[in-house]
Amino acid sequence: MAEITTLPEAVARLVHDGDTVAMEGFTHLIPFAAGHELARQGRRHLTLVRMTPDIIYDQLIGLGCADKVVFSWAGNPGVGSLHRFRDAVERGWPHPIEIEEHSHAGMVNRYVAGASGLPFAVLRGYRGTGLMDRSPTVAPITCPFTGEVLTAVAALRPDVTVIHAQQADRQGNVALWGITGIQREAVLAARRSLVTVEEVVPALKPRPGSVLLPGWVVDFVAEAPGGSYPSYTHGYSSRDNRFYEEWDAISRDRERFLAWMEENVLG
Amino acid sequence: MRGWDAGEMMAVAAARQLGDGQVCFVGIGLPSQAANLARATHAPHLVLVYESGTIGAKPSRLPLSIGDGELAETADTVVALPEIFNYWLQPGRIDVGFLGAAQVDRFGNLNSTVIGDYDRPQTRLPGAGGAPEIAASCARVLVVLRHSRRSFVDRLDFITSVGHGRGPGDRAALGLRGGGPALVVTDLGLMEPDPERKELVLTHLHPGTSVDQVREATGWDLAVAADLGTTEAPSPEELAALRDLAR
Repeated sequence: MAEITTLPEAVARLVHDGDTVAMEGFTHLIPFAAGHELARQGRRHLTLVRMTPDIIYDQLIGLGCADKVVFSWAGNPGVGSLHRFRDAVERGWPHPIEIEEHSHAGMVNRYVAGASGLPFAVLRGYRGTGLMDRSPTVAPITCPFTGEVLTAVAALRPDVTVIHAQQADRQGNVALWGITGIQREAVLAARRSLVTVEEVVPALKPRPGSVLLPGWVVDFVAEAPGGSYPSYTHGYSSRDNRFYEEWDAISRDRERFLAWMEENVLG
Repeated sequence: MRGWDAGEMMAVAAARQLGDGQVCFVGIGLPSQAANLARATHAPHLVLVYESGTIGAKPSRLPLSIGDGELAETADTVVALPEIFNYWLQPGRIDVGFLGAAQVDRFGNLNSTVIGDYDRPQTRLPGAGGAPEIAASCARVLVVLRHSRRSFVDRLDFITSVGHGRGPGDRAALGLRGGGPALVVTDLGLMEPDPERKELVLTHLHPGTSVDQVREATGWDLAVAADLGTTEAPSPEELAALRDLAR
């Protein structure tokens, strides 16, 4: 059964320096509050895993929390570049980071393999692309039945997966709905997990199409109302598209970025 | 004053390629504009699939991201990410895939990963996202990008998505089951791969552009179709619908 606690306590007990951490949420339900708590607690040398690094990883990379980023699309959706990510990759600021990149299909299958207890997953993909030579976690594989050459991707097994959801009950059962992304697989693939929720309710209402994570596959649940802002939580809040546009200017300049983080997150 | 800009011409030209009832895998930006324009004009039954897992989304205005709430609220169904890539894209259920890129070569191969050397990038781009498998598996791929010598290059800095590889037979040899790039739409004109050689050929000029202008903006010796046509200018109806989506 998941333990219900505060966000600072959950992060302190669950995430350690040097961990491989996946914070998932595909444009929806991005766990910003938890990411900010990681930043406040000054975690270092993390391997950050996420299909779409988004602003949340731009912030952690810019603060120097990451040694490595594993991803499939590192941009500001609909806006352009992640400037802190680019600054780290192109100019090594605040320190050089290692990258390992995949396609979306590759990343989802890596999570599926991790959640399934398999060492790898198989897909049609990557063949003929430069990605094949750049990642140690992609390799050709021959189908034992047809002889067809397909692609294998290594399982992802994060030390910790962190997600945001709409609700949990007092036993720590978690419900999320809307665009459900890769969160179920990311939690099931991880060794430990933390779910922040908009609210803890006495009883979860059954909803068609929702994902339910039983409390016995989740380690910690913490209430974090508005915890997905500036992304959104279906049924609770809307995506702040204007902030995504404003982030472009805030993040372009190192000093302005640091001042913004100090004023809005760290201070 | 012609009353429309190059971006509008691109969106309109791309939208006209989408047939009613087709299933279209849509990315943000110009592809989303074009697909929603088609749905608002000649293709009301066009099925829009966004990679966030929203199948049959019917947004009333253009979303900023592929996961905007309106896409989920208006979709026929919302599926998780392993399903969208494994069950819907991979088996070839999508008729048309749209891709943009920073660079394209003469065979319609695309780079959206890096400009310059991979380990010492001049410009680090966002990367692959869904593009490699969209390029691999959709029945047809439409490529949309602006024409310049920086983007139409003789040699890609990185192959993110395979078009027609190094020529005829390459897609089959790589096990890519979709048809690959069928059309490249730019702000200057339209290009299609030659049926035999698979190399891009300029087939249409947009109103007001010239062959010299296109060749000047292309980093290889671009072939020009013998029966070179002119794209029909955007109609008032198309422009009104397009502008209404962006409001």
